[in-house]
Amino acid sequence: MIRFEHVFKRYPNGREALANLTLEIASGAMTFLTGHSGAGKSTLLKLIALVERPTRGQLIVNNQNLNDITRRKIPVYRRQVGMVFQDHKLLVDRTVFDNVALPLVVAGVTGREIGKRVRAALDQVGLLTYEQSRPLELSTGEQQRVGIARAVVSKPLILIADEPTGNLDPDLSLEVMNTFRRFCDVGVTVLIASHDVRLTQQFAVRCIRLEGGKVLA
Amino acid sequence: MMNAFKTWMTRHAQTAIGTLGRLSEQWLPTSFMVLVIGIALALPACLQVVLLNARLAGGEWNHALEISAYLKMGTTKTLAEQLAESIRKRSEIADVRLVTADEGLIEFRKRSGFGDALTALTDNPLPHALIVRPRMAAAEPADLAKLVAELRQISNVDVVQLDTAWIERFNGMIEVLRRATLVIGILLAGGMIVIIGNAIRTDIQAHRDEIEVTKLVGGSDAFVRRTFLYTGIWFGLAGGVLALVVTYTITGLLGAPIRRLALLYGSDYRLTGLGAKNSLVLLGLAVALGWLGSYLAATRHLRTIEPK
Repeated sequence: MIRFEHVFKRYPNGREALANLTLEIASGAMTFLTGHSGAGKSTLLKLIALVERPTRGQLIVNNQNLNDITRRKIPVYRRQVGMVFQDHKLLVDRTVFDNVALPLVVAGVTGREIGKRVRAALDQVGLLTYEQSRPLELSTGEQQRVGIARAVVSKPLILIADEPTGNLDPDLSLEVMNTFRRFCDVGVTVLIASHDVRLTQQFAVRCIRLEGGKVLA
Repeated sequence: MMNAFKTWMTRHAQTAIGTLGRLSEQWLPTSFMVLVIGIALALPACLQVVLLNARLAGGEWNHALEISAYLKMGTTKTLAEQLAESIRKRSEIADVRLVTADEGLIEFRKRSGFGDALTALTDNPLPHALIVRPRMAAAEPADLAKLVAELRQISNVDVVQLDTAWIERFNGMIEVLRRATLVIGILLAGGMIVIIGNAIRTDIQAHRDEIEVTKLVGGSDAFVRRTFLYTGIWFGLAGGVLALVVTYTITGLLGAPIRRLALLYGSDYRLTGLGAKNSLVLLGLAVALGWLGSYLAATRHLRTIEPK
């Protein structure tokens, strides 16, 4: 469960991205976060990932108050949260396998366990045969699915995605969203920020609309 | 517990080998770095060899140190022998040799080149002399001065001769050399830390994306830093090995001519190399400096790279 309680976020340049946001996202559900650019979608996800800190207010993720997590404890916290990015953030000089294995390596998983879990994750996104390819040899849609495999390889409880279909055509977008849907079906809390209303409407899931840093009722 | 240790070892081995792979892929800048470090370390190592040899040579000369005690004219040979015996018993004395007036004259005749002119002398003008050789432990200037003073107190002793000035000068020179080696070593160690730190900083900038992504997927500062620490350690180790190769090569090249030169002076002096212990110290220092340089740089620069 993710709970925002009166969260404010003001950036050093004075821009107020979130203003008194109170919000609850249920566990094991898939939720869309929509709104125009600048509405606060990315900021909201960054707060969950602890890339940014709230200026004021509380944010509770899986019964942990994120204000209590010190800088040193951030890495361990982040291992519970899978992240997918619009630009997928893959390391182009490493193979697909190594990219997907990274979260396991940093968490101290060793030996055969890595291979087993990486292949399981690649299988879930339908890219098992590409493990020795380099990201740039794949299509944009495939690259995004590698990104998803990396996000889920350590079996996080929460999966957040910021405009994961921003660079994809409608068919590929739908395919990527369906991939997310499958993870939600196995109990992962999925939160996807997307400005593509036509795409999100194809799914019968909760849609939170943000505007000016507030939830639009 | 055992398992945790094994995991820890595995992770370190993986990082160490991975880093080595990355460095060998960029072999040109890597070899340049190693060359710079190696030469920087070879200089103090070579100075250390010079210092070692100077000390050893000095020790050899100290060994040859002798005090001449000339007895008063008219002292009998028997008394001279008794005197020699009593001095020999002292703990700080290695050996006492009695050169009687007759022996002294023969030797003088041989060495001085006056030869026949001296046969014209009816009386032997030379006194008996005791050649006193102190133990190594007593070869410190202050101890020697004390010994000389005590020998002077003996009633039959006329004149005691010891040239301590050269020992003091020599020890002074050794001290200057030692300090110079130390200062140069410290300066170059500082330089090495800066060079490695700079290389690590460049390396960190080049891997910005990788660091950011690693942090996003839950990589700790220590995990991210480890790669760079091993880079520094490899630089240090390779530089240290190169410094040893340079030092041993120089020692090897100079060994034969120095030996030949020594033989010309009638000495069987041989150039002493750095030695196993000093070589290990050098390698250890090189690795430690590599680690320190990368640790300082990585800790500082990695903080500035956070996911946005």
